[in-house]
Amino acid sequence: MSSAIYGGTTVEVNDEGFFEDPGKWTEAMAPEIAKAQGIDVLTEHHWQVIKFMRAEYIEKGSGPTVRVLGKTSGVSIKELYQLFPKGPAKTAAKIAGIPKPRGCI
Amino acid sequence: MTLLALCYVTQDGIMAKRIVILGGGTGGTLSANRLRRLCPGNDVEIVVVDQNDDHVYQPGLLFVPFGLTHSTEIVRSRRHQLHKGIEFRLVPVERVDIQSDIVHLGDGTELSYDALVVASGSVLVEEETEGLTGPGWMEKVFTFYDVGGAAALHDALEGFDGGRLVVNVVDMPIKCPVAPLEFCFLADWFFQRVGIRDRVELTYVTPLDGAFTKPVAAKALAGLLEEKGVALVTEFNTGEVDGSAGRLISYDGREVGFDLAVVVPLHGGASYVARSPGLGDELGFVPVDEHTLQSMAKPNVFAIGDAAGVPTSKAGSVTHFEGEILVENVRRFLAGEPLDGSFDGHTNCFIETGFGKALLIDFNYDTEPLPGHFPTSVGLPLLKESRLNHLGKLMFQPLYWHSLLPGHDLPGVGTAMPTQGKHIQSVP
Ligand SMILES: Cc1cc2nc3c(=O)[nH]c(=O)nc-3n(C[C@H](O)[C@H](O)[C@H](O)COP(=O)(O)OP(=O)(O)OC[C@H]3O[C@@H](n4cnc5c(N)ncnc54)[C@H](O)[C@@H]3O)c2cc1C
Repeated sequence: MSSAIYGGTTVEVNDEGFFEDPGKWTEAMAPEIAKAQGIDVLTEHHWQVIKFMRAEYIEKGSGPTVRVLGKTSGVSIKELYQLFPKGPAKTAAKIAGIPKPRGCI
Repeated sequence: MTLLALCYVTQDGIMAKRIVILGGGTGGTLSANRLRRLCPGNDVEIVVVDQNDDHVYQPGLLFVPFGLTHSTEIVRSRRHQLHKGIEFRLVPVERVDIQSDIVHLGDGTELSYDALVVASGSVLVEEETEGLTGPGWMEKVFTFYDVGGAAALHDALEGFDGGRLVVNVVDMPIKCPVAPLEFCFLADWFFQRVGIRDRVELTYVTPLDGAFTKPVAAKALAGLLEEKGVALVTEFNTGEVDGSAGRLISYDGREVGFDLAVVVPLHGGASYVARSPGLGDELGFVPVDEHTLQSMAKPNVFAIGDAAGVPTSKAGSVTHFEGEILVENVRRFLAGEPLDGSFDGHTNCFIETGFGKALLIDFNYDTEPLPGHFPTSVGLPLLKESRLNHLGKLMFQPLYWHSLLPGHDLPGVGTAMPTQGKHIQSVP
């Protein structure tokens, strides 16, 4: 475990940079987390995905995988990769302050 | 609804409860046979529905491309695997109305139930990947995940005289997630045997960040790939298969070229699930409590095997371990008793590594595959190649038809994951 400072607040993150406590996340932290992921500006489209990820996490206990995101978020997988080139599900989960989506086994 | 609507009058005039099982594969067959034994009286009616009568021993599909078995040797009649006192309906399921407890069948008839067991497995959704079934499909792009594909791939391998062979998993979940790795190991063995290994470049392309999902096993399996000269490409999310140019293209623009591609397509739940409001999730799998296997949506609905949305592998061994708990819970539900929440996600897989050897992994929801021995310290070696494990894998086929499907426990193998022979302390 380590910590990071976003929007002037110190938060605990795991080795891969995902929030330990999603409850500590605020919208104001998102642009800074995004910058660290190489996304300089969060557009309306980015926010659509980030908010969707958080809502799914709160409802189901895990953020969706890329494939499910492509089916349910209203943004196609191709566009998702344009928005989050380093991997939509992982990057959006990080920016949304939720754990890494539980992949399938 | 009145209580009467939930009861059926049997030929002897007895009011019976009806259990309907959708799918007569591994899970449906073993559940039906176990339930028949658990509820021997004619106050419980058991109906199994399947769309065809060809029960495929799916682990055998791995061996078909290499000529180690023939497709006709791994298929038997579904009906004949079901014990006396079980009704078999040969008809596709059209949809389920979980609010009124009715299954709508493809021939226009309906089947009402007191308890429903969804055992319809998973289907391959090739069409969800751009280009996969386009030019080159079944010419230089194959899958071994169904009987037709495995047989066609056999011919292709026989005619292959060298070049780049890639094995690609499009995305998880897939059935038996170790099968594509086994394919790589056997391909290495196969091309050595025919004497052209030096002319074949083998590459394993996976969406995962390692050779497997669980860290200790991923390391061991990556080591084996390297030992056998199979290149590993990770975090590759296949967006398109371009058969005419011979390349896989990922969503983030990377490319892997091939002369022959063996692709494991995306999987989804049976298609009727999407036509049954409230039954399944976005991919058509049925969300159930991971310990009781009861549906989150309706208490008289249960799911087993690949159809169940639980966080463990889609494998025959899992289906077998689930069986004991599932049938007990169906019985308890019908009797109004509290359910048994003891399914622990137990998974047990032999991994064929070629040259008459195999590796064994054993894990559950909480414990990843560890080294040691199974089921006790004098048993089969875990996470280590051995001839004994290969014999175990071969033994599995007769055990499948004669112990697992009839619903018997396997000798020495319990439902809960054993910890006795494992090196728990060797976890980093
Ligand atoms: C190549 C390969 C290798 C494998 N190797 C192994 C291994 O080594 N070890 C291991 O443990 N597991 C292995 N598996 C996985 C194992 O075969 C499956 O996990 C297991 O068979 C799942 O059982 P099931 O009952 O859930 O599904 P299935 O056995 O697939 O049965 C589903 C049934 O539902 C029926 N159905 C579907 N839709 C409908 C409909 N609309 N109407 C009527 N019927 C319908 C189908 O016809 C089918 O009979 C392998 C699988 C493959 C493909």
